[in-house]
Amino acid sequence: MSLYTVQKLLYQLNRDRSVQQRYKDDFAALLEDYDLTGEERHALAAPDIGLLYVMGVNGQLLMHYAALCGFEWDQYISAMREGLAEHGSVRAGLYAATDDRGAVS
Amino acid sequence: MTLVYAGVCSHAPGITGRAQRADPALREPFYASFRQMGEEIRAQQPDALIVVAAEHFANFFMDNMPAYCMGMAEDYEGPIEDEQWLGIERRRIPGNAELANRLIERMLHDVDLAYAQEWKFDHGVMVPLHFLTPAYDVPVIPININCQGPPITPLHRAYEFGRTLRKACDAVDERIAVVGTGGLSHWPATPDSGKINETWDRTFLDRWLANDREALTSYSDEATYFDAGQGGFEIRTFIAVAGAAEGSTGELYYYAPIPIFAVGCTIARMHL
Ligand SMILES: [Fe+2]
Repeated sequence: MSLYTVQKLLYQLNRDRSVQQRYKDDFAALLEDYDLTGEERHALAAPDIGLLYVMGVNGQLLMHYAALCGFEWDQYISAMREGLAEHGSVRAGLYAATDDRGAVS
Repeated sequence: MTLVYAGVCSHAPGITGRAQRADPALREPFYASFRQMGEEIRAQQPDALIVVAAEHFANFFMDNMPAYCMGMAEDYEGPIEDEQWLGIERRRIPGNAELANRLIERMLHDVDLAYAQEWKFDHGVMVPLHFLTPAYDVPVIPININCQGPPITPLHRAYEFGRTLRKACDAVDERIAVVGTGGLSHWPATPDSGKINETWDRTFLDRWLANDREALTSYSDEATYFDAGQGGFEIRTFIAVAGAAEGSTGELYYYAPIPIFAVGCTIARMHL
């Protein structure tokens, strides 16, 4: 259920400019509204895009979140690869890398 | 017969967002085909453009996920994404709530369709509109097919949905164009972004151009996931358009893998 909550937060953040304003003003307070584990809160706040990817966050939600956090395209792709190297295979969802590394270098 | 145009196109955010990074020898003819499709649509003077899209958790989430949903709003806003990241400015896009209402009423005779009076467009609709109706002067009616969060609708239902959509379009007086938009094989938003299975794409396109219902709907989701990635689930939008154009065959305007766009870039139409 908790991964669901992470994704719900990202869904609301990606589409709603008032939630985006809260993210800018006080992200910690926004995170308080969601029932998250310590790892999830850390990954969102850092932001640790690689860890969020490995946790199984839907790729489309994560791609938009990475853009919102100001990640350039190449930086975003490398963050996912670094996540795999550091935390192992994607734990859930459909967005696993086909060889756990990323086929295109 | 008031369906006046049926086509399909790609919608990956890189198409506009990472335009400068693509090989111009591939990018320019792709853009030209995209714009040509737009000119053909506008030449038909449609009263509305229905975009059969596979959005990406812009409006619909797993708390209440419709298999099929149609927009019934006066207007829409998009993109939800950062404008610079997508390379498309945020704006209002006109809808046609009254026409959508009549189409939905008609379709409910055959299919349990959800509808929504609030809807924000993500790249899945904004990228096509950027090329097809760059002045944003054609009223748009969006349809979303859930290709994102399983369980997802089976392929034969997507074809059937297209047939139902056609019936509804033909039952109203307005002139309607329909464009389906999705990826063929691709692994977007993963480290594999840029991987494209061209052989798989070309086989699928042959089936689409022939409007071979049986072959189009014969893929299992397991096989599609393996051969075409999770992005391959978006073939539902192409299959729905084939259903809307049942009895017609198609013409391929453009196909080429463009890795930085993360998809085999496709423009094709049915000859109704
Ligand atoms: Fe998509």
